[in-house]
Amino acid sequence: MSNWIEVGQLDDIPKQGSRVVKTSDYNIAVFRTVNDEVFAIKDECPHKQGPLSQGIVHDRKVTCPLHNWTISLESGEALGPDEGCTNVFVAKVENGVVSIDLG
Amino acid sequence: MKEKLVMIGNGMAGMRTIEELLKIAPDMYDITVFGDEPYGNYNRILLSPVLAGEKTIDDIMLNTLDWYEENNIKLHAGKKVTEINRIARTVTAEDGTVEEYDRLLIATGSTPFIIPVPGHDKEGVISFRDIKDVDIMLDAAKKYKHATVIGGGLLGLEAANGMMQHGMKVTVVHLGDTLMERQLDKVAGKMLKNSLEEKGMDFRMEAQTAEITGNGRVTGIKFADGSSLDTDLVVMAVGIRPNIELAQKAGLHCERGIVVNDTLQTYDPRIYSVGECVQHRGNTYGLVAPLFEMAKVCANHLAHMGIGLYEGSVTSTKLKVTGIDLFSAGDFTGNEDTEEMIMQDATSGLYKKLVLQNNKLIGAVLYGDTKEGAWYFQLMRTGQDISDLRDKLLFGESHLGDSGHGGDHIGQMSDDTEICGCNGVCKGDIVKAITTEGLFTLDEVRAHTKASASCGSCTGLVEQILEFTLGSDYEAPEAKPMCKCTDHSHEEVREAIRERKLTTINDVRRALNWKTEDGCPACRMALNYYVQSAWHNEAQDDPQSRFINERAHANIQKDGRYSVIPRMWGGMTTPDELRAIANVAEKYEIKDVHLTGGQRIGLYGVEKEVLPKIWADLNEAGMVSGHAYGKAMRTVKTCVGKQWCRFGTQDSTALGIKLEELTWASWMPHKFKLAVSGCPRNCAEATIKDFGVVCVDSGYELHIGGNGGIKVRATDLLCNVATEEEVLEYCGAFIQFYREDAHYLERTAPWVERIGFSRIEDTVVKNEEKRKHYYKRFLEAQKIAQVDPWKERAVDGKARHEFETIKVVQA
Ligand code: SRM
Ligand SMILES: Cc1cc2nc3c(=O)[nH]c(=O)nc-3n(C[C@H](O)[C@H](O)[C@H](O)COP(=O)(O)OP(=O)(O)OC[C@H]3O[C@@H](n4cnc5c(N)ncnc54)[C@H](O)[C@@H]3O)c2cc1C
Ligand code: SF4
Ligand code: FES
Repeated sequence: MSNWIEVGQLDDIPKQGSRVVKTSDYNIAVFRTVNDEVFAIKDECPHKQGPLSQGIVHDRKVTCPLHNWTISLESGEALGPDEGCTNVFVAKVENGVVSIDLG
Repeated sequence: MKEKLVMIGNGMAGMRTIEELLKIAPDMYDITVFGDEPYGNYNRILLSPVLAGEKTIDDIMLNTLDWYEENNIKLHAGKKVTEINRIARTVTAEDGTVEEYDRLLIATGSTPFIIPVPGHDKEGVISFRDIKDVDIMLDAAKKYKHATVIGGGLLGLEAANGMMQHGMKVTVVHLGDTLMERQLDKVAGKMLKNSLEEKGMDFRMEAQTAEITGNGRVTGIKFADGSSLDTDLVVMAVGIRPNIELAQKAGLHCERGIVVNDTLQTYDPRIYSVGECVQHRGNTYGLVAPLFEMAKVCANHLAHMGIGLYEGSVTSTKLKVTGIDLFSAGDFTGNEDTEEMIMQDATSGLYKKLVLQNNKLIGAVLYGDTKEGAWYFQLMRTGQDISDLRDKLLFGESHLGDSGHGGDHIGQMSDDTEICGCNGVCKGDIVKAITTEGLFTLDEVRAHTKASASCGSCTGLVEQILEFTLGSDYEAPEAKPMCKCTDHSHEEVREAIRERKLTTINDVRRALNWKTEDGCPACRMALNYYVQSAWHNEAQDDPQSRFINERAHANIQKDGRYSVIPRMWGGMTTPDELRAIANVAEKYEIKDVHLTGGQRIGLYGVEKEVLPKIWADLNEAGMVSGHAYGKAMRTVKTCVGKQWCRFGTQDSTALGIKLEELTWASWMPHKFKLAVSGCPRNCAEATIKDFGVVCVDSGYELHIGGNGGIKVRATDLLCNVATEEEVLEYCGAFIQFYREDAHYLERTAPWVERIGFSRIEDTVVKNEEKRKHYYKRFLEAQKIAQVDPWKERAVDGKARHEFETIKVVQA
């Protein structure tokens, strides 16, 4: 099942930055990379639930602001020797509008 | 089509070059490797522990045959190249295999020198260079009793020790009167000989081999003085010769080695050469550290990056004989322009000799206790002026004071000693990760264990553990690259920013060929700081390259909420300010209000969206951001001083406020704190601050480079001044010099120790012109920087996206 929602304009999200979508259960961080790709993952670091939306975005990764784990935006998985995973949502940009699939 | 790269000599230097190349340009070449040994690439250094039975061949493989396959490298193992045709650009091997090349890399290493005495070609006369030699020695140890090693150098002694471990009776024959005379002076050589004799090794010193005797197989040696010795095996370890035969035959310019320039290119621009076979600026090398440096530079040029020059190396040696600690580096003999420092304690078997020239360390020999070797080596390679360390130099880094690393003898440290307090990593965890995961660098250890990955204060210890665990495999990085995205050090990057006028992070990455498209958190934050500190008028801030605290102007807390700490100038406050704080605390239901260690009030646990509202309320009461979150000027602590205190000599509170007004909102390489105490009783703790003032009757003592925190360091007294104006000028100049010189994330305490107190004194105190220059630059920069970030966001609506949710989805 898919459940697409419009989030906002691509330009609302800073390049190499992120904005938060709040749902009743959890927050979703929507990221925009340096090449204007958009990714959405649950805003909880697999380490100690740090808010990944507040991290530093580089390449297709984000480094958590709390203890520097680096998480892949594509897979939601912790990179390198760290292990853990957070949920990934499919995201797309059409005519400058960002949407994500809440599934 | 891809270009073809052919490498001849499947050894340590050549394969390191290929690995470096794969890291930076993985798809650039079709790579073919020839090696005349029938294996993958192995760690030749560790043949000694293999011979001694401490390691196996499997342990020392660096690149297995599978590795070549996985990396799409065609390996001709066991094939010796016999011809290079530079016109057709082909190489031909003994068995007729031909490969074409666009670029060729020659890394044929060296060949052991065999003394051409009669009988040198008998069975049982070998050298010590490869797996085959080790096999012969191990085999001989089973069948025979007596072995002789000719040559009392590093290699010879390791061979002798190895065979002794297998129960052979070993005699070392040496031409000179000192063992390892290329690495040791007479005293240390003598101590080494005594220890080896105690282990059961025999020596014939000042003995010249005249003939090797025996009927088919060796049975003895005759010496020039007529004496002789019975033996079943002779290992010649008298030196190596660069293996240049093939290059010479191809008409490449060779002298002692294949002559290369600073980019490791031979006289034929398509042909590069690295390793023991090369001659660079007149030198040849026989240790891996310089070869690995060559490999890095060479890979860079093969990848068309065109950066990096190899400029020669200082080398250091350790003897890999278990139970003997010996370290030697640089020029340890000295001459009339050098001076020596010597410490000798024959009973405990300790000896230390340092050779100095123009206040720089140029050579060192350590025997018995080598734990300071890495530090001395670092001082030699960086050419640091040691005037300030002079009286403690001989005792080592561990005696430098509280903030030096050292102190603990890694070997004696138990496995459960906690090394990294932040991540709870013990020595044993680190050693295990290094050995089982095959880690080589600090970054790898960080990635796998998290040791030193947080506050970094244990970095020195982790490096020492790495070095201790790997032994001489470990290369102490020379000028450490800033991060994995570049090979350039902080210094090189800052210089490029200044000289080539780079004003954006992107310009820096482009100009210096960054390996990643948009960097990593480490370099992004550093570069953002560097461009702004160099070009405060022109450089634009990049908020996405700031840590969340500086981007949001509040400190992120463990649950993702934030703290708010308004400035209280010089630690003074008013009833109105206190009321304003009480009001916001009530209005926004702030649970915790705390008196901070920085003489002000902290409000904790604030949701991000609320921050601008709180700031607006506080701004209205005249309060501004306390920068309690940034790599920035934090607080100026003061005491009550002359106004109230019966001992006070000056108005410390007023001076503190002036200093805070001067310096607030300035970005720094690291946090920066100040304090002013009204008298030497020092109630404001000025002597553990980055810049501290202690008021005295005649004026002001200025102190620098202190901190509380992880490693307490008391300040150094910079100078005394008479007026408040001078305090401000010296303070501004000191800060600006620090801002333009220190590495990002280097607080003043380690910075002062790295560059030396004298350089700061020379710049800020002794040279008025420089002081004025830095002070002026500081004031200029402050004109731009002193804007309250809270007001911009709370009142002017800047960076609204930072605080607003983009979308709320109702269930
Ligand atoms: C708020 C405060 C504790 C308090 O409630 O009293 C505090 C809180 C933090 N300190 Fe501190 N330090 C506070 C005074 C100090 C002091 C005392 C002082 O300034 O006199 C010290 C020792 C003195 C010094 O810095 O030399 C201190 C030494 C540290 C250190 C170790 C620094 C070092 O060089 O070794 C760190 C870690 C770092 O900066 O990397 C640190 C880091 C932190 C951080 C920012 C940790 C972090 O990165 O999140 C804490 C933020 C908590 C939060 O939720 O906001 N804090 N911290 C104090 C704020 C003072 C202020 O008004 O700005
Ligand atoms: C026992 C021992 C202990 C050592 N201990 C230390 C130490 O503690 N610390 C230290 O820094 N250094 C040590 N060294 C020195 C170090 O091993 C060398 O400096 C290093 O291996 C040289 O690297 P290289 O690539 O230049 O040569 P090598 O590693 O020798 O590689 C050259 C390769 O090229 C092959 N080759 C040569 N000609 C041809 C050809 N025509 N065709 C195909 N292949 C060819 C050779 O067979 C060899 O495999 C030690 C050396 C030995 C032997
Ligand atoms: S001492 Fe400082 S860094 Fe440590 S817990 Fe307390 S506030 Fe946090
Ligand atoms: S919570 Fe993300 S790294 Fe710890």
